[in-house]
Amino acid sequence: MKATVLVRPKPGILDPQGQAVQRSLQQLGFPVQEARIGRVVDLELDLGDAQRTRAELERMCEQLLANPLIESYEISVTSE
Amino acid sequence: MSEHARPRIAIVVFPGSNDDRDAALAFESLGAEPVLVWHAEPELPDVGAVVLPGGFSYGDYLRCGAIARFAPVMGAVRRFADEGGLVLGICNGFQVLCEAGLLPGALRPNKSLSFICRDVSLRVERADTPFTTRTEAGQSLTIPIKHGEGCYFADDELLAELESDGRIVLRYEDNPNGSIADIAGVANRDGNVFGLMPHPEHAVDPLLGSSDGVLVLGSLVDAARERLLTTA
Repeated sequence: MKATVLVRPKPGILDPQGQAVQRSLQQLGFPVQEARIGRVVDLELDLGDAQRTRAELERMCEQLLANPLIESYEISVTSE
Repeated sequence: MSEHARPRIAIVVFPGSNDDRDAALAFESLGAEPVLVWHAEPELPDVGAVVLPGGFSYGDYLRCGAIARFAPVMGAVRRFADEGGLVLGICNGFQVLCEAGLLPGALRPNKSLSFICRDVSLRVERADTPFTTRTEAGQSLTIPIKHGEGCYFADDELLAELESDGRIVLRYEDNPNGSIADIAGVANRDGNVFGLMPHPEHAVDPLLGSSDGVLVLGSLVDAARERLLTTA
């Protein structure tokens, strides 16, 4: 089974990387008001059913993949 | 045992720690006996204090300190802290303590995105912690920073709690990295765990430009010695 975890800085958290990218995009002529930079974690795992996979991914996010104080996360189980 | 007793201080060495030896030299010069402890050790030796030094543990992968917090020795560090043991985290060590939940808050990339390596001025907010007894409240200390991710973050609720509990021990006089409320160092609720981004171990000799780091590390040596004498 494959899964993807998206980790984002929470709203209100200073994201200097995103700010630098937003400014660069503006300099290139793209009218971008805001850019926020997060992280993608692609995983391959074998936990049987999708429900259990999702529950385990939640635990992975809480324990390691995201820092809940500053980051939010989104889980998608992409293929069987 | 005399007041000259040499308290043993554990310095945890993670893969990627690089200030462990500087910390050991500094503590040795201050009359303590540093004991380097490899991260894979499940237990701590009998020590009066534990220091998590600076560096780039586990390559700073994922988030600074995020992986080091699972090192076998961290279970022992947590038990030591829970029993009231003195724990100091410097720079990467501070990041590890935050990720481990032994200290509140988180450290994010510097506002400037630059790695900053220079002396900074710090204001002592609390001189009554085991890590600052050799200082005075309001005193200005010159101690270097060298980090890319030292921007301290606490949400509104946590920041209000830190302020009202007086757990902000050191603040930057001229905020170099975007830290909220100019926070350079914070303590846990019980006051026995303290973390700071500046490097006191790099400021222990006038030859290094400042010896103000002695005031911080020396306070910890005093506290560790006192505990040694009271339990002897």
